[in-house]
Amino acid sequence: MSIKQLATNTNQGAIAVKNKSTGNIQNTVKYKKPFLKYASQNKWLYFLVMPGILYLLIFNYIPMFGIVIAFKDFNFVKGIWGSSWIGFDNFERLFRSKDFYIVLKNSILLSFYRLIWGFPFPILVALLLNEIKNMTFKKVTQTVMYLPHFISWVVVSGMIINFLAPSGAINYIVQMLGGKSVSFLQKPEYFRSIVVAAGIWKEVGWGTIVYLAAMAGIDQEMYEAAYIDGANRIQRILYITLPSILPTIFVLLILNMGNVLRNGFEQIFLLYNPMVYSVADVFETYTYRIGLQSGRYSYSAAVGIFQSVVGLILITVTNKIAKRMGQSTLY
Amino acid sequence: MNQKKFTCFDAIVYSIITIISLCMLFPFINVIAVSMSDYSAYLKNPLMLWPKDLDWGAYNYVFTHPLLASSYKNTVIVTAVAVVLSLFITVITAYPLSKPDFRGKTIIINLLIFTMLFNGGLIPNYYLIRSMGLIDSLWALILPGLLGAFNVILMKNFMESIPQSLEEAAKMDGASELYVLFKIVLPLSTPILATLGLFTAVGHWNSFFNAVIYIRDNHKWTLQLLLREIIMSASLVDNQLEAQKYVMPETIKYASLIVVMLPIMCIYPFLQKYFVKGIMIGAVKG
Repeated sequence: MSIKQLATNTNQGAIAVKNKSTGNIQNTVKYKKPFLKYASQNKWLYFLVMPGILYLLIFNYIPMFGIVIAFKDFNFVKGIWGSSWIGFDNFERLFRSKDFYIVLKNSILLSFYRLIWGFPFPILVALLLNEIKNMTFKKVTQTVMYLPHFISWVVVSGMIINFLAPSGAINYIVQMLGGKSVSFLQKPEYFRSIVVAAGIWKEVGWGTIVYLAAMAGIDQEMYEAAYIDGANRIQRILYITLPSILPTIFVLLILNMGNVLRNGFEQIFLLYNPMVYSVADVFETYTYRIGLQSGRYSYSAAVGIFQSVVGLILITVTNKIAKRMGQSTLY
Repeated sequence: MNQKKFTCFDAIVYSIITIISLCMLFPFINVIAVSMSDYSAYLKNPLMLWPKDLDWGAYNYVFTHPLLASSYKNTVIVTAVAVVLSLFITVITAYPLSKPDFRGKTIIINLLIFTMLFNGGLIPNYYLIRSMGLIDSLWALILPGLLGAFNVILMKNFMESIPQSLEEAAKMDGASELYVLFKIVLPLSTPILATLGLFTAVGHWNSFFNAVIYIRDNHKWTLQLLLREIIMSASLVDNQLEAQKYVMPETIKYASLIVVMLPIMCIYPFLQKYFVKGIMIGAVKG
């Protein structure tokens, strides 16, 4: 690069040092340009990035400051500035309320069930898919399996509500087998299973993609060596494929654990009803109900903060753990 | 390694995958079949896989529903505008970040990443939208989530893979930064643009949460809201049937499911490869 090019848009400037005796240009000394000079030479880059920053400040960072709502006795008429300060009152009320612990328990339990039941499935299916040699069969089945991921929870919940209705498909089978029809969605003891099963149906296909991508990177020679050593199919899967995707599994597992307080709003909201609140209510639905529907804004904000802050701590900790284990992380 | 023969193990694998695929398909087929059937035929056999006593009454109800046209229109507008704006702002934010010696890069990227980890919660976000006067406006469905940190990072990574030499050559010919972005980098970025655009489109088409908290006026409803209403069979809507049906037959509910799903189902088989490739780019990065 010539000195001129170096000078225009890089971070560095260059000085030509003239050798006093020979009159030749001998050295170029690079120095870090002052910021303003760099900015004016690259002003378009800064103009381009400005709208994005503005957007983040308005739509992401301002709401973070809205957290003060939890510390005030908030109502919309008075606004944030006009509402009076009540400090940690809401949090005291929160930690003393029975409801809070129910919601906390539900959120954690649901996440754990999803982890225990839902996490292994995509791995198993990916292992199976990886063993399929017929490309057409593989493509067709994959297309079918990704399908549920692309429909909305409103549609899926619509299907579930109808399948589980007294006149629906499931009860039809139950009655054929001699049983009595059951209102599944209204029974607390079935709710978690329904939610977890629905989640698995919807996401297992899509979840295989990450693992299949990891498997695609496995060195085929390992399989050949194992075959020569006399390993059968199952042994090859257990001793080559599985260990090779273990890093991926680990990362995803840890990331999932960081999200333990987060359950999707739509999935629960669209399936729950007052009869199953005791098992179904999670943070998202609770903050919605008492916040926007009952109008207890400050209290709801406090609940939301609890979830966000604890969630942040969990994610940061789990990311550090993942990093320390030498695996790659979310960012 | 010659695996020419089809072993017992293969048979098991193929069978399991087939069963799983059928499990995925069955609800869709059932829904389609029931939606075209007579209601009493459904009651006799809810598990049907093929329409019995072909009856278009359900679809007739859905298509003449007073709020269907407006809901469709709203959803299409929100999706289209959101895709265009989102791609635009993602591109212009990602481009400077993809430059190796862009000063301020680390700060901005950290700013972005932090938004992935922490947010104000429901009430502050609601208050913000309300303060902007956007309650009951379609903009409340378009603006939140326009700039996603994950998308920016994906696009930035993609742009970084475009050879610097192209840009340098253009600059030596006197091209401005904007020219490089819009005439060189952007055309080369069509794969990632297609992927992100499709994901954004599907996300907005299927979005329910934002609509339920920000929209009250039923003329501003999106399809998902309308669908939810039909499923819950509330009879707030003036319908064309003589009797106000309090419980809508499942045939109507299923027909409305199909009508809402239809556009996604139609484009899905053709564009599936873009979706999968997009996830691979994001997944393998980790």
